[in-house]
Amino acid sequence: MIWNSASEFWAMGGYGLYVWGSFGVTALLMGGEVILAGRRHRHTRESLQEQARTNDLAQDTAQDWQT
Amino acid sequence: MTQHSNVLFRFAAPQAFYGLAGRLWPWAAALATLLGAWGLWMGMFVAPTDFQQGQAYRIIFVHVPASWMSMIIYLAMAFWAVLGLTFKTRLSGMMNRALAPTGAMFAFLSLWTGALWGKPMWGAWWVWDARLTSELILFFLYLGFMGLTASIDDPRRSDKAGGLLALVGAINVPVIYFSVRWWNTLHQGASVTVTQGSSMAQTMLWAMLLMALAFWLYAIAIALYRIRTLILEREKHTQWVEAELRPEGAS
Repeated sequence: MIWNSASEFWAMGGYGLYVWGSFGVTALLMGGEVILAGRRHRHTRESLQEQARTNDLAQDTAQDWQT
Repeated sequence: MTQHSNVLFRFAAPQAFYGLAGRLWPWAAALATLLGAWGLWMGMFVAPTDFQQGQAYRIIFVHVPASWMSMIIYLAMAFWAVLGLTFKTRLSGMMNRALAPTGAMFAFLSLWTGALWGKPMWGAWWVWDARLTSELILFFLYLGFMGLTASIDDPRRSDKAGGLLALVGAINVPVIYFSVRWWNTLHQGASVTVTQGSSMAQTMLWAMLLMALAFWLYAIAIALYRIRTLILEREKHTQWVEAELRPEGAS
């Protein structure tokens, strides 16, 4: 451990803005990418499932009409 | 055909790769988290202060891994482009689409963290120097790839156009890498020469390599995750996707 106090750690020897600006934006973008990818996967699954349901329904109705 | 290439061709089928990617990405993600935590600990709490740059040098622990990944992902895209263009494998185009956003993000992070490092060290956020300019071009190549593939509706033509761009643009990657040697640049040379005691250089180097490995595994995890979405979208009219999407089917 090279720091004597928490404030010394956050100050980064006067370079806090630059160091935390780098690490912060990196964390933000990577985290954001994970969230977006997850959301898109769920949406894709749901909309495809929805499509399949309406297709099934349309087929059932068509069969009902025929009988 | 050898057994090895049989296995490769089996997983070149989107359906097989969907399952494989689904099994692999959680491991890559877990490993990335673990190595990232270790690398951050080493970089922020163990690695000593740099005698020239003070604490500002710690930006290296995100700057270099992000820059490396921006180049590696583009090379990976060029590799898949060659496969796609020669063997007409459908998976290659999807692979490139899965990789491009992450590559663009890393290229942006390379420029962003570079600017935040350049300001206190050089006194400038940006200079039109060979290293910086070629990295900026790489960022635009990623955006160009995403724009181009998104603008062409027919998947086959879209994949082909994207593959060509990925292939031609790959020339830029060695230019970035060797730019600090070929031209007189403000950017410092090859990263891992820290001019203090060797034990200190060791912890800095370790932290950087751990972070680079973590970023690499992150890229693998997110690309494997994203390609599953792309496969579902593109194969939505097939029976296996229909079966996969039945309520009883898992994730």
